Amino acid sequence: METAAIGLWGVPLAILAGAIRVSTPFIFVSLGETITERSGRINLGLEGTLVFAAMTAYAVDVLTGSPWLGMLAAMAAGAVFGSIHGYICKWPGVNDVAIGIAMMQFGLGLAFFLGKPFIQPVAPHLPSLPLGFWSSVPQLRSALDVNVLFLVGAALAFALKWAFANTGVGLMLRVVGDSSDAARALGFNPDRVRLLATALGGALAAVGGAYLSLSYPGSWNERISSGQGLMAVALVIFARWNPVGCFWAALLFGGAGALGPALQSVGVSQGYYLFYAAPYVLTLIIMVANSSPTRPAAGMPGALASR
Amino acid sequence: MTISADAGVERTGGPLRSRLRPLAETLARRAEPVAIGLSGILLGLAVFSLFILAVGKSPTTLFSLMYVGGFGSWFSVQNSLSRAAPLLLTALCVALPARLGLIIIGGEGALALGGVAAAAAAMPLVGSSPPWLALVVMAAAAMAIGGLWIGFVGYLRHYRGVNETIASLLMAYIAIALMNHLVEGVLRDPASLNKPSTTTLPVAYMIGKLPGVDVHWGLVIGVAACVVSYILIETTTWGFAARISGGNTRAAQVQGLPVGRLIVGFTALAGGFAGLAGMIEVAAVQGSANASIVAGYGYTGILVSFLARHNPLAIIPIAILLGGIEAAGGLIQRRMGLPDATVLVLQGVLFVVILFCETLYGRFKIFNPELWTRRA
Repeated sequence: METAAIGLWGVPLAILAGAIRVSTPFIFVSLGETITERSGRINLGLEGTLVFAAMTAYAVDVLTGSPWLGMLAAMAAGAVFGSIHGYICKWPGVNDVAIGIAMMQFGLGLAFFLGKPFIQPVAPHLPSLPLGFWSSVPQLRSALDVNVLFLVGAALAFALKWAFANTGVGLMLRVVGDSSDAARALGFNPDRVRLLATALGGALAAVGGAYLSLSYPGSWNERISSGQGLMAVALVIFARWNPVGCFWAALLFGGAGALGPALQSVGVSQGYYLFYAAPYVLTLIIMVANSSPTRPAAGMPGALASR
Repeated sequence: MTISADAGVERTGGPLRSRLRPLAETLARRAEPVAIGLSGILLGLAVFSLFILAVGKSPTTLFSLMYVGGFGSWFSVQNSLSRAAPLLLTALCVALPARLGLIIIGGEGALALGGVAAAAAAMPLVGSSPPWLALVVMAAAAMAIGGLWIGFVGYLRHYRGVNETIASLLMAYIAIALMNHLVEGVLRDPASLNKPSTTTLPVAYMIGKLPGVDVHWGLVIGVAACVVSYILIETTTWGFAARISGGNTRAAQVQGLPVGRLIVGFTALAGGFAGLAGMIEVAAVQGSANASIVAGYGYTGILVSFLARHNPLAIIPIAILLGGIEAAGGLIQRRMGLPDATVLVLQGVLFVVILFCETLYGRFKIFNPELWTRRA
C-alpha cells in the first residue's frame, strides 16, 4: 500500500497539492483586485463576480462542450460586472464599498437563478500538466498534476508587476490611483481609467471563478465559493498591492485552505469544521498584523489612503 | 434637472411667508429621502421587470403574486411579519455602526452564534427554572456573544485600523464554522440523526405567539429595538456624539469625544441585536440551534438598512416589505416555475439601483432650501 508507505508525509504533500489547487482562484481574484485598487477604487463585489463566472463558465461548457469557450464567456461576464461597478461609482455621492456589497448580492442571486439547470449535468474540465511523471508515488504524481491556469496566474503576476513599473498603461493606472488631480493635469480621464481597470479586474476574477467550476472542485453548485472573492480582497492589502506578493500570499492562503481536507484524508476527524475556518482566521490575523490605526498601509494607492 | 420651487412667492416675502418658510424647509428636507427612496424602488422594480421579461415570464403576474404571497391575505400578512422580525434586528446590526461611519456586514455570524449561545444557555435551565427566567438568560447569552463578536470588529477597526467590512465578514465565516463545530459536537442532541441540532426546547420554554395572531413576540422585540435605537441615536448625548464621530472622526477626537469607546459600544450593541435575532430564531421558530438558522437574514438585513438609509424607524416598514417579498418567494416558485433565487435577484437589483440613486441627493432644488434663494 503506497498510502501506508508514505504515511504522515501525506499531510504536507496534500497541503502542497492543495495549496496549488486552492490558490489558483485566489491568484486571479487578487490580481484583478490589485488592478482595480491600483486605479483608486475598491471592488468588494468580486465574490459575486467569482460565483457568477463559475456558473457562466460551467453553463457554456455544458452547452458547447468546450471549457475554453466557457472561460471566455465567464471573462466577458466578469468584465460586464466590473463595468457596471465602474460606471455606477463614477457618479458623485455613490459609495464604492457599498456598491460592491450590492453587486455581490446581485451576482450571487443571478448566478443561483440562472444556474439551477446546470447543477446536475457533467461537463469536460480544463486540461492539466502531469509534472509528476518522473515519480512512481501516486500521491506525488497527483500533487504535481498542475493545472494550466496556476502557471498562467504565476506568469501573469510577474508580468503585471513588470507592466505596472515599465509600461505607459501601467504608469497611467498608478497616476490615476495616486491622485485624480494629477491624472487630470496629465490629460487622463480618471473615471474612464477606473472603469476599464474595474472591468479588467472583473474579467480576471472571472477566470478564478471559471477555474472553480471547470477544474477544481470542477462542477457547479451554489456552495462553490466560500468567500474566496472576499479573502482575495484582504489578500491584496497583505500583498501591499504588489502582484508578485499576491501570488505568494495566494499560495499561503491555498495551503491554509487545504489544511482541513488534508488532515481529514489521513483520518483526523476531530475539529473538522474548525480547520475549515483556518483560512479566515489566517486572513484576520494577517489583516491585524498589517494594519495600523494611525497611518495607511505601505504601498497603498494614494486615492484609497486619502479618504 | 432642477425643479424650481414656487419662485413667485419668494419675491414678495410677506410676514405669512416668513412664518411658513421654516415649515416648508423642514418638509422639503424630510421629503427628499422619501421621494428619492420611492423612485429608487420603482426604478429597481422596472429594471427587475425587464429581467423577468427577458426570461420569458410576465412581470405583472409576478408582482401580483408577490402582493398575494406577501400581503394579500391575513395568513400571508402574518407570515410576512414573522419573517420581518429577525430582519429588524439584523438591519440594526448594519445601521448602528453605519451612523458611526462603519460598514459592517457580518451580522449573519453574530446571529448564528447568538442562536447557539441561547440553545446552550437553555440546556441547564429547562425543567429547573421558570420559563421566563430561562428566556431572559437565553437572550442575555445571545446578546453577549453577538456583542462580543461585532464589538471585536469595532475594536479592531478603531484600535488596530483593520478594515471593518472585510473583518466582519471573515468573522461571520468563522462564526458559522464554530456553530457547525458546536452543533455537530459537544452540543449535539444524539437524537437528531439526519440534521444535527441541539436539544429541542419544550414548548413551555419557547417564545409564544402574540395574543390573537399567528406572529411570535420576536416582532415586538424587533420593533422595540428599532425604537430604542432611534431614541438612542437621535435624542441622547451618546447618539449625538456617535453621529459626530461618524461625520468626522478627527473633529470628534479634537472635541475630546471618546471615539474608541463609542465605536466599540455601538458595534457591540449592534452585534447584540443580531445575536438576539439568533435567539429568537431558536426560541420562537426552530426550537433548537441548527444549520437552518443561517438562512441569510444577516445578508438581507444589510439591504434593509441601506434602503432605510440607516434610520432605525425607517427600518420597520422596509423590513416588513422585504419580509413580505421573501414570504412570497415560495408562491412565485410554485405558480410561475421560477427558481427560489428570484427573490435574491430582486433584492440585488433593488440594492444596486437604490445605491445608484444616492447620487440624486442634493440635485433637486425643491428639496434643498439653501438653493431656493439663489438666483439662476
